[in-house]
Amino acid sequence: MSTHELIFAGLDGDRTWRLEDYVARGGYSALKKIINEKISPEDVIAEVKKSGLRGRGGAGFPTGLKWSFMPRAFPGAKYLACNSDEGEPGTFKDRDILRYNPHSVIEGMTIAAYAMGCERGYNYIHGEIFDVYQRFEEALAEARAAGFLGQNILGTDFGFELFAHHGYGAYICGEETALLESIEGKKGQPRFKPPFPASYGIYGKPTTINNTETFASVPFIINDGGEHFLNLGKPNNGGTKIFSVSGHVGRPGNYEVRLGTPFSELLALAGGVRGGRRLKAVIPGGSSAPVLPADIMMDCTMDYDSISKAGSMLGSGAVIVMDESTCMVKALERLSYFYFEESCGQCTPCREGTGWLYRVVHRIEHGKGRPEDLDLLNSVTANIMGRTICALGDAASMPVQSFVKHFGSEFEYHIEHKQCLVPADVQNEGSKIYVGPTC
Amino acid sequence: MLEIEIDGKVIQVNDGSTVMDAATQAGSYVPHFCYHKKLSIAANCRMCLVQVEKAPKPLPACATPVTNGMKVWTHSEAAVKAQKGVMEFLLINHPLDCPICDQGGECQLQDLAVGYGDSSSRYQEEKRVVLNKNLGSLVATDMTRCINCTRCVRFTQEIAGEMELGQAFRGEHAEIMPFVEKTVDSELSGNIIDLCPVGALTSKPFRFSARTWEMSRRKSVSPHDSLGSNLIVQVKHDTVKRVLPLENEAINECWLSDKDRFAYEALGSDERLTKPMIRQGGEWQEVDWQTALEFVANGLKSTVREQGAQSVGALLSPHATLEELHLAQKLMRGLGSENIDSRLRQADFSGDASRSGAPWLGMPIAEVASLNRLLVVGSFLRKDHPLLAQRVRQAAKRGLRVSYVGPNAEDWLLPVRNRALVAPGKMLAELAGVVKALSLAVSKPVSGAIADYVAAVAISPAAQAIADDLAAGSSAAVWLGNLAAQHPQAASLQQLAQEIARLVDGRVGIIGEAANSVGAHVVGAVPGAGGRNVADMLDKPLAAYLVLGAEAEFDFADAVKTRTAFEQAGLVVSLGAFRSVAALDYADAMLPIAPFTETAGTFVNCEGRVQSFYGVVKPLGETRPGWKVLRVLGNLLGLDGFDFAKADEVCVEALGGSPEFVSERLGGLVDVPLSSQPAAEGKGFERVADIPLYFADPLVRRAPSLQKTKDAAAPLARMNAATAAASGVADGQLVRLRSAAGVVSLTARVDEAVADGCVRVAGAHQSTAGLGPLSGVISVEGL
Repeated sequence: MSTHELIFAGLDGDRTWRLEDYVARGGYSALKKIINEKISPEDVIAEVKKSGLRGRGGAGFPTGLKWSFMPRAFPGAKYLACNSDEGEPGTFKDRDILRYNPHSVIEGMTIAAYAMGCERGYNYIHGEIFDVYQRFEEALAEARAAGFLGQNILGTDFGFELFAHHGYGAYICGEETALLESIEGKKGQPRFKPPFPASYGIYGKPTTINNTETFASVPFIINDGGEHFLNLGKPNNGGTKIFSVSGHVGRPGNYEVRLGTPFSELLALAGGVRGGRRLKAVIPGGSSAPVLPADIMMDCTMDYDSISKAGSMLGSGAVIVMDESTCMVKALERLSYFYFEESCGQCTPCREGTGWLYRVVHRIEHGKGRPEDLDLLNSVTANIMGRTICALGDAASMPVQSFVKHFGSEFEYHIEHKQCLVPADVQNEGSKIYVGPTC
Repeated sequence: MLEIEIDGKVIQVNDGSTVMDAATQAGSYVPHFCYHKKLSIAANCRMCLVQVEKAPKPLPACATPVTNGMKVWTHSEAAVKAQKGVMEFLLINHPLDCPICDQGGECQLQDLAVGYGDSSSRYQEEKRVVLNKNLGSLVATDMTRCINCTRCVRFTQEIAGEMELGQAFRGEHAEIMPFVEKTVDSELSGNIIDLCPVGALTSKPFRFSARTWEMSRRKSVSPHDSLGSNLIVQVKHDTVKRVLPLENEAINECWLSDKDRFAYEALGSDERLTKPMIRQGGEWQEVDWQTALEFVANGLKSTVREQGAQSVGALLSPHATLEELHLAQKLMRGLGSENIDSRLRQADFSGDASRSGAPWLGMPIAEVASLNRLLVVGSFLRKDHPLLAQRVRQAAKRGLRVSYVGPNAEDWLLPVRNRALVAPGKMLAELAGVVKALSLAVSKPVSGAIADYVAAVAISPAAQAIADDLAAGSSAAVWLGNLAAQHPQAASLQQLAQEIARLVDGRVGIIGEAANSVGAHVVGAVPGAGGRNVADMLDKPLAAYLVLGAEAEFDFADAVKTRTAFEQAGLVVSLGAFRSVAALDYADAMLPIAPFTETAGTFVNCEGRVQSFYGVVKPLGETRPGWKVLRVLGNLLGLDGFDFAKADEVCVEALGGSPEFVSERLGGLVDVPLSSQPAAEGKGFERVADIPLYFADPLVRRAPSLQKTKDAAAPLARMNAATAAASGVADGQLVRLRSAAGVVSLTARVDEAVADGCVRVAGAHQSTAGLGPLSGVISVEGL
């Protein structure tokens, strides 16, 4: 039972984010290696492909493959974007990467820009972590001054201009095309795809967007080789992954472990279930991922394929742990409220459906549920899923479907008895917060 | 070409088609709200979800590109399930207020809800309420009904050229709204009413006055600008209730300007003249038609008898129908007078001797799309010709490069690449500079007749840029706008425009001011040999004037001179739909003739298209169609050839009964020595006069809702900061403007969109009529 740290390795001083500390940890050696050994862009992409690195933002798309979609011979500008708009409830890893190791992202992006021929890049940082944005600006200034960014990087012809851009806290701007719109100064609303960003991205130019953690992993792949990175994890699930463990655990926090680590080990790392209570349920990949009951979860290993096989998603790696004191109806009510507030309002099923879902769950939670409500929830989610412009509709629906599927009896109890299956005192004790009398 | 199977039907579609395009081609209707063929794809309503082979989920037909061999089902179980699902979402927050909604009966949501909605709702929570917005005097809002399809947003942005509406807030709180405390002031704003698929945006003037199924829909043609937009006039109980666009891709597409759409309100104005009136012994009295026409006939006869036929003249509005214009000129010529003119706001007639044929656009309207260079000379294009400007705006998005020479630089909401902002008096030299630079750029000599003039001018940087741009194009046009046509050196400007077009093998055109500017030329509503033009007729007043559809203080190049001439005349017969206050002073007979909705008629638009229409309602009161009045008058005067039973017969005679009659008469090119006269003489600033769009003709001047818009605000004395400083006035200051003809007081406005040394003072307005001519020198003095 141990962590295996790449990105988070050596981050135990208060100046770890500074360039000199990063270089002392071996930072920018991957970039220098590419420059000194004249590794071709094709070979960089091949190495990333070999590493089995999959997108750390949520969808888990193979990074090397995504990079290879960028048109090589495109005559105009090409862009690179880093998605640090970490808005998924339960996720707080990118914040810590940017706070303690920002140069790993800068180096990763510079390598990516080299591999895909991008002249410009933006790191789009969540609006509510403004100190992180400010620190990233400082890190950029350091990297520019040291010749790792800007024109003629390390004395070569290769140039890459990277800018920090902060949002204003809208969850939807973490959707990659809404993020592009926001960078362009427009309202953050997703674009219809196709065309995909690789052909029509920022200002209509080919653009690649990756998650912060994805970029931060790249230097390690170049330094140690794709195969080494792959072998840290398991086939098709290369490398290490940072999991943000939150909820009813002894030591909530970010834990970087090898992909394929059993969930039980991760849970133990995070101090186990708080107060020695029984595990009830886990949302393994951020609030959009379907919830899994304890027994299923305890059999999983923490990697894309295992969690997917169990019926959920590894997502962004936000592990929300709920113990037996949790009222699942109340938990879902809170999640549904989030999606209701964060829907962008562009397309009909999500704009109208998220509010409907929230209101029905709210009604059940508050003792006004009706016998037909579970069928209604399933029907409404079915009408949202797969019918929207972006994945927010699916993200709002999956928690509802999975909560009803795995914990339907709790919902039925609520509807029938106008109160919660989990006694209020147990809930209060479990969360140490006041829970209303009806629940 | 791509092959696609839609609902079992295999068809070939063009590359780049969407499934929606293919479905339309295959005759399958796919329900939709946000999709509109003229707007960008939003794919936000999700109503057009269809089943596509191998796709794991339903795809929106509007945004899904066709791939070869694709199989699509628009009405399969899966497709209809998705469509019904979306319909349920659209309805949960939509109020069930169809019985009191103006859109009821013509509502896309209502119609589709019949096919895709349930009879009762599973949504039992409270519905959303959205506060209404004030969009101005033309568009009413019921925002609670809005389904956020963003058609209106996309229209303002893409077609009207300025994003006056947007979607604010997120999720269920999303609202369509204008910028805070702003209204929608576009001259095309009414189209968002048509575009709105629900009752969120409805017509403010029309509101609650009729149901769509109670009204009959009758075709007509707009009598305003030279485009000749096609209309559907909706009528109930013999009253015009509303005007909608009749789609005609060659002219107005599916749009209407607000002028075309809302001017109908004037038809019910209190100022309508409903009975013939004559003045006897200084007193006005209402009389029957017999009396009135005999009075007029006797007056004309005695004038001709006593002072000769050359002492009578006809001043005819270019907004009049072809039939009216034809009979009026025929009547004048029957009396023996060639004093006929319809170019009432023009000032330069030096091109008349050399001109053959009617001045026209020089090209079909629809071909604007295929131009890649356009030089506009002297125009307030966006306000003078809103839908033509819209076409140019769309073409500019596809690569048309627009240049401009003139004294004004107001925003046309389209990119003007090069602009020579020069005073009217310098336009000729500036244009000559373009000719000179262009001749060098394309290595073609300047035509002999103007070579000397051109050789003597200097090429300004702006002229050089315009010439370079034109030379680099392959399909160019040069258009002369209303300002150029009203310019005191109009013929010379045209001569140079023709030369520019010749040098680039392009086309030259006159946009034309009014619905029948071309038609008036075609039927000879211009002076014949020995006849006097409008300026001449007013300079040396005649004994009798026949005035058709025009008002002295608004519709002429010089309001003061016109008024004086009419007052001095022994007989002024005014035929019009309205009781003009000024005419009460100067006229001797006022005959109520029908506006376009109450008579059959024909307009020839700027591209030479002949468009006939029938009356859609009965004439108001004793009003009679103009052609009938002129026919009877011709008979009373004992003239031959005034026996027509129907308006069609007049049209056939006017157009020689030949389909090519008009096209054979299009031309209007001039061949004149370039004017060496300075356009403006005297000390002061040059006047630049726009004709504000809601003052341009008698009808719009009396349309109450249009008169409440920003475009109908009282004219200001606009000048740039340098001119203001030179005359010692500040923005917002009351100033006295003085011309040779008179003095008026206006508020000064500093406006950098006016050329140096000029003051822009609108014409066609009571407050500026006292200044006399639309051009010339005026002095400015702060009060």
